[in-house]
Amino acid sequence: MERIPILRMGEILLVTVQVEMHDQLALTLQEDLAERISATAARGVLIDISALEIVDSFIGRMIANISSLSRIMDAQTVLVGMQPAVAITLVELGLNLPGVATALNVDRGMKLLLDSAQRQ
Amino acid sequence: MNIKDQGTRPIVTEQDIVLARQACRKLAQDCGLRLVAQTKLVTAVSELARNMLVYGGGGDLHWEILEDGLRKGIRIIFHDEGPGIADLQLAMTDGWTSGNGLGLGLTGAKRLVNEFDIETAPGQGTRISITQWS
Ligand SMILES: Nc1ncnc2c1ncn2[C@@H]1O[C@H](COP(=O)(O)OP(=O)(O)OP(=O)(O)O)[C@@H](O)[C@H]1O
Ligand SMILES: [Mg+2]
Repeated sequence: MERIPILRMGEILLVTVQVEMHDQLALTLQEDLAERISATAARGVLIDISALEIVDSFIGRMIANISSLSRIMDAQTVLVGMQPAVAITLVELGLNLPGVATALNVDRGMKLLLDSAQRQ
Repeated sequence: MNIKDQGTRPIVTEQDIVLARQACRKLAQDCGLRLVAQTKLVTAVSELARNMLVYGGGGDLHWEILEDGLRKGIRIIFHDEGPGIADLQLAMTDGWTSGNGLGLGLTGAKRLVNEFDIETAPGQGTRISITQWS
C-alpha cells in the first residue's frame, strides 16, 4: 500500500509530503502518525510541505486533523516549507489553520519544537 | 473574444482530480499566467472538481483558452448532473458545509479567480464557470 514515510529524529517525527494527497493516503498517514507518536513518545511533529504546489481545503483539513491528533497525544505540530504562492493562495481561500504553528523551513521548525520541549 | 483551444475531461475518480490539476497548471503556464495566478486557479480547480465528485456524483471539466485583445485567459467549466444546490446563498457562505468539509471550497474558489459564475437548481445539476486572465 502507498504511504507517506515518517522519519524519527530524536523526540521529533518528520513527515515529508511529496506525493499528491488523496483520501486514503491522508487517513493512512493519520493512523501511522498516531501509532508512531505513541510508540516513540515523540514531543513534536514536523510536516514538510515544501514539495506541494497547492494546498486546498482537503489538505488543509488533513493538516488540521494531524495537529489536533498530535495535541491530544501531547505532541506539537509545526508546518514547514510552505511556498510563497501557496501562502498567498491560502489566505485568499480563507484557510487560516488555527492552532497550527508554522516555520519557514525544517531547521527553524526543529528549533521551535526543541525550544518549546525544553521550556516544559 | 476568441476561443483559441478547448477540451473536456471527465472527473469520476480522485485520480482524475490530480490529473485535472496537472493539466490546468500546464494550460495556465502556456497562457502566461504568473505563478500566483496559476496557483490560485489550480487551487480553485481542485476545490470545484472535488465538489463535483463528492456532491455531484462526478461530471465533466471543460477548458477553453481565451484571447481578448492583448490578454489571454483560461476558462474552466465544471458540469455535473447531480442533485444541484437547493439553497445557493447558504452554500456560498464561508464555513457552511452539508458534509464534513470546511465549507470553504465554493466561496474560496470564487475569491481565487477573476470571474465566477454558478448555475444550479434542485434536480438540475450544477454548472460553475471560472476564468483567470493573464
Ligand atoms: N457540485 C455540487 N453539487 C451539489 N452540491 C454541491 C456541489 N458543490 C457544492 N455543493 C454544496 O455546497 C456546500 C458547500 O461547498 P464547499 O465546497 O464550499 O464546502 P465543502 O465541500 O462542504 O467543504 P470544503 O470544500 O471546504 O472541504 C457543500 O457542502 C454541498 O452541500
Ligand atoms: Mg468543497
